[in-house]
Amino acid sequence: MAGTGKAHLTDGDDVVLRVEDLVVEFPVGRTGLVVNAVSGISLDVRRGETLGLVGESGCGKSTTGRAIMQLPRPTNGSVRFEGQELTTMAGSDMREARTKMQMIFQDPISSLNPRRKVRDIVMEPLRIWQRSNTDRGEVVDQLLEEVGIDPQRAAESQPHQFSGGQCQRISIARSLVLDPTLIICDEPVSALDVSVQAQVLNLLEDLKAKHGLTLIFIAHDLAVVKNISDRVAVMYLGKLCEVAPSDELYRAPRHPYTNVLLSSIPVPDPQAPVAPMEVVGEPPSPVLPPPGCRFHPRCPNAEDDCRTTEPELREMGPQHFVACHHPMAGGAVPVAVGSTGGFAEPVA
Amino acid sequence: MLLEVTDLRTSFRTPRGTVKAVDGVSFTLDRGRALGIVGESGSGKTVLSRSVMGLLVGSNLERTGSIRFEGEETIDRTARQMRDLWGAEMSMIFQDPMTSLNPLMKIGKQITEPLHAHLGLSKSDALATAEQLLRDVRIPEAGRRLKQYPHELSGGMRQRVMIAIALACGPALVFADEPTTALDVTVQSQILELIGVQRRERNMSVILVTHDLGVVAGHTDEIAVMYGGRLVEKAPTRQLFANMKMPYTEALLASIPKLEDRSHTRLTTIPGRPPDLVNPPAGCPFSPRCAYVRDRCRAEAPPLTPAEDAGHVFACWYPVGSPEYHERRAELGDAAPAAAPGADGEVAS
Repeated sequence: MAGTGKAHLTDGDDVVLRVEDLVVEFPVGRTGLVVNAVSGISLDVRRGETLGLVGESGCGKSTTGRAIMQLPRPTNGSVRFEGQELTTMAGSDMREARTKMQMIFQDPISSLNPRRKVRDIVMEPLRIWQRSNTDRGEVVDQLLEEVGIDPQRAAESQPHQFSGGQCQRISIARSLVLDPTLIICDEPVSALDVSVQAQVLNLLEDLKAKHGLTLIFIAHDLAVVKNISDRVAVMYLGKLCEVAPSDELYRAPRHPYTNVLLSSIPVPDPQAPVAPMEVVGEPPSPVLPPPGCRFHPRCPNAEDDCRTTEPELREMGPQHFVACHHPMAGGAVPVAVGSTGGFAEPVA
Repeated sequence: MLLEVTDLRTSFRTPRGTVKAVDGVSFTLDRGRALGIVGESGSGKTVLSRSVMGLLVGSNLERTGSIRFEGEETIDRTARQMRDLWGAEMSMIFQDPMTSLNPLMKIGKQITEPLHAHLGLSKSDALATAEQLLRDVRIPEAGRRLKQYPHELSGGMRQRVMIAIALACGPALVFADEPTTALDVTVQSQILELIGVQRRERNMSVILVTHDLGVVAGHTDEIAVMYGGRLVEKAPTRQLFANMKMPYTEALLASIPKLEDRSHTRLTTIPGRPPDLVNPPAGCPFSPRCAYVRDRCRAEAPPLTPAEDAGHVFACWYPVGSPEYHERRAELGDAAPAAAPGADGEVAS
């Protein structure tokens, strides 16, 4: 899984975003060590597509999303958005570029200013960029209606007067107000109840169609990601393991890690076979990632080459790329996974 | 019978009015069984578990009804009186292993504390027991871990320590309140499996409180569904999924994205949001959001009614499968929520 390589990238006019060899490192205090949050991943996102980014906590999926926005700038690598290189862009140009790429965050309540009226929060980007000077109110009210928030109430109320699901709708309206091309959604529904989660997912699908959006959807819930994405990229410990069209990935996962993830999901059906999971261990520390394939300490298929040589992404089927020396046959059979250690080491 | 809860009501007086967090809930639990309590946020599931355990205190709290634990009434007991039961007879695994452990105390001390207090073990015996407990919850290098602090362990390891503490004195009943919500999916399945193994080995009862129908499906004998502070359906786990009666349970299941569905499958939603527990709706608490609502639902709260199968109760005037239900489904056509898997052989559209 410690996958490198760019076999999965395409050339074409319809590529909105291209990320190459993205590296993000954070220093650990003054120890001289670094957290290898993202270690050289490459991605592209086509116009009108929803790319899902899944993985467990600490795999670097959120860091990837933020590094695309240059929040903060990545340690290394290239991010090209609509043909422009972002990593070397001056601060003021970057601010302008961010009007075309917006973000929706996990916690809907804390991502809205608690002291301001909701309608003003949604209007603020227009005010900053001096857009729609004459009909600003109409633009905002129409967007609020689209996301299912009463504009009248939004003009009178502060975020705490709305529920979590409503606050997420407000965040979505705010992200749309400058008419962006790309929206990066970082766990947008994981704080919501399932009944509300379904409402927000449907809303995102509707708005994507209506506004011609391209989405990067970051989440840990594989069922949610499958539902909304056209293509899914699976991450593990700062690397890409597998990239494939959504239905294909779930029908026939080729990477052992993808398979473990899929077979770990609790299915709301008591008749479902329970995967005979023995202890699988936990992801190792990104401070001292394992050599070779980063998944090898937990992998049921690991052999000697996995411990020394990092696998590269290669095409195993149409649009289906896997970074693994010993990929699975492609039938979605949950496997029992034996523990070979790999418990998290204490972070210094 | 280990636990018998009858007409439990728990409310909090607040400046906005009285919040009826638990509104007349009754259930029983036998030794060695696992009960899942499922509900969305604000359904009262967490308050219910804490109220049963007697963990809630405060001058604004009002608690009535009956909680018989091992045959003895506990509702009138003070926190001080309950202390003999906590840890020894009933214990709790909390959601957040990061904040539920004392960050300044070594793991070993935190596990041996109840062993001293309740079982009166000597220091060396307690340490030996603690090491065995860590091995039981499959923590590698148990001896070394005893001397570590919580921050030196990963989230999954900390949750295993929490489980070891909860099991330390061999309680008859363990509450697990969203024990895996803070954990990753591969770790979650390990922890749920661990709780199940320990339950069977120790013949404990477990009450698993969660919002996730997937989590309870594979790890409980029985499921109670809560909505708006009330118990709205309860059945043996297989029975519930095969033949759900309450439209809320059906809608909740339908709104979960399924792995077997193709991507971009339109999700079934429940309109609106959970009721305000200060001013709950008249009649059935689910009536404002229910696709099958009729006048009677808005006027009269339905009582818990037994279904045809043993142990299955539900609170609904026009349950899934009733003539009124089918009539409304036909009227709604494509707009109807996806049917439950076992709803009279109907296929989810």
